Amino acid sequence: MGNPWIAFLVVPLVKIVVILLVVILMAAYLSYFERKILAYMQIRIGPNRVGPRGWLQPIADALKLFVKEDIIPSRAEKFVYIVAPALITAPALVVFSVIPFGADTTFFGLLKQPIPPYLTDINIGILFILGVSSVGVYGVILGGWASNNKFSLMGGLRSAAQLVSYEVPMGFSVIAVLLMAGSLSMVKFVEAQKQAGVWFIFPGIVAFFIYFVCGIAETNRNPFDLPEAESELVAGFHTEYSGMKWAFYFLAEYANMVVISSVATVLVLGGWLRPFPNVAALAFLDVIPPFIWFAAKVGFFLFCYIWFRGTFPRYRFDQLMALGWKVLLPVSLANLLVVALGVLLMGGAR
Amino acid sequence: MTEYIPVLLFIVVAIAFPFVTLAIAWLVRAGRYDPVKVEPYECGNPITSEAHDHRFSVRYYLIAVLFVVFDVETVFLFPWAVMLRKLALFGFVEMVVFLAILVVGYVYAWRRGALQWV
Repeated sequence: MGNPWIAFLVVPLVKIVVILLVVILMAAYLSYFERKILAYMQIRIGPNRVGPRGWLQPIADALKLFVKEDIIPSRAEKFVYIVAPALITAPALVVFSVIPFGADTTFFGLLKQPIPPYLTDINIGILFILGVSSVGVYGVILGGWASNNKFSLMGGLRSAAQLVSYEVPMGFSVIAVLLMAGSLSMVKFVEAQKQAGVWFIFPGIVAFFIYFVCGIAETNRNPFDLPEAESELVAGFHTEYSGMKWAFYFLAEYANMVVISSVATVLVLGGWLRPFPNVAALAFLDVIPPFIWFAAKVGFFLFCYIWFRGTFPRYRFDQLMALGWKVLLPVSLANLLVVALGVLLMGGAR
Repeated sequence: MTEYIPVLLFIVVAIAFPFVTLAIAWLVRAGRYDPVKVEPYECGNPITSEAHDHRFSVRYYLIAVLFVVFDVETVFLFPWAVMLRKLALFGFVEMVVFLAILVVGYVYAWRRGALQWV
């Protein structure tokens, strides 16, 4: 690594391109799996025309959106209208720069020295993720406002209120897990769980539950999909969007689902660690590469997302606000203090 | 600080990505202007008024104000959570006092109906 250009520019750029491609493909195929799983839950077949078993459906959808007419309403605020989809997409993607996908690896002997398969590890990892992902609310509210459409405006306002309401209990539940790890770095979270010999989901079950509920609300998914409640608000904040701009709202939503799932995996499910990392009797599980463990856990959470959509009815807006402010907030606050006391009494989970 | 360079690169790429894609799509996509097509959607009726002329519920502002209070609290909690093992019992008691003061405000907001969405 003599040449600094290679270390500081080429290697990160290659990783960035790979991460971007994987995230976009994941978002596209998540829509395929969502349609397929929902279809089977409702005793239908789902998409099966494009390619074998419909495997090429997301590619066809992406191509269609790419060449589709992109209408800018005559009364819209044109500049904000165009910038808003980028404002929600960019944060959803940037978050992936600090998520650790696996332990240092040589990619099955392909490289001479093991390199980390993630972009970077900064010592404020989780704070960076919470901060950057909350920028996405601007894309929602500005998009809804700039459309100059009543459905969009209502959807954007509702969405903003929902996003900021659920961010508070989410922050508290993250801090509860943070107390156990004692560091903000995402890699340190995994290492702390390795040292503790237990995934943080067991001491942090309440924190995990609150985090995941808030995560579903933050991504506007069922049963908290009020911003785009199609039976009352048409499509909410993206009613007027079409073509590629709509595709970016779609991409951001699915990328955010992957973000929530990945962060949950790192925080409480041990990231790339196998189950019970300190039990030697389970060492045969190490045959499976760490990256696969990570992907499997993320996949489980994503399946839960789709499962919820197939199962739960939508909340009403006052119920949603009551749940966030009157139930999740006090419970997460109490949980935080209990965990803090536990960490002090046991001299730390480490 | 070198570990932040890739993050900076990623931010540049992530911001450029939507705009570049939109520019390419702008070159290849279909587009036929029609005055009806660019009207705001209102279930097919001619629009009765501009969306921006309407006022909306004051509760959205209340939620925003409450959010600022509690989010600032979260910001205080982050460094405390990292250092709790070193601060030990003193840090814990101090944070309990801090949270108790906030809970008083929270209970007040609840009793005054600020959390009630009618």
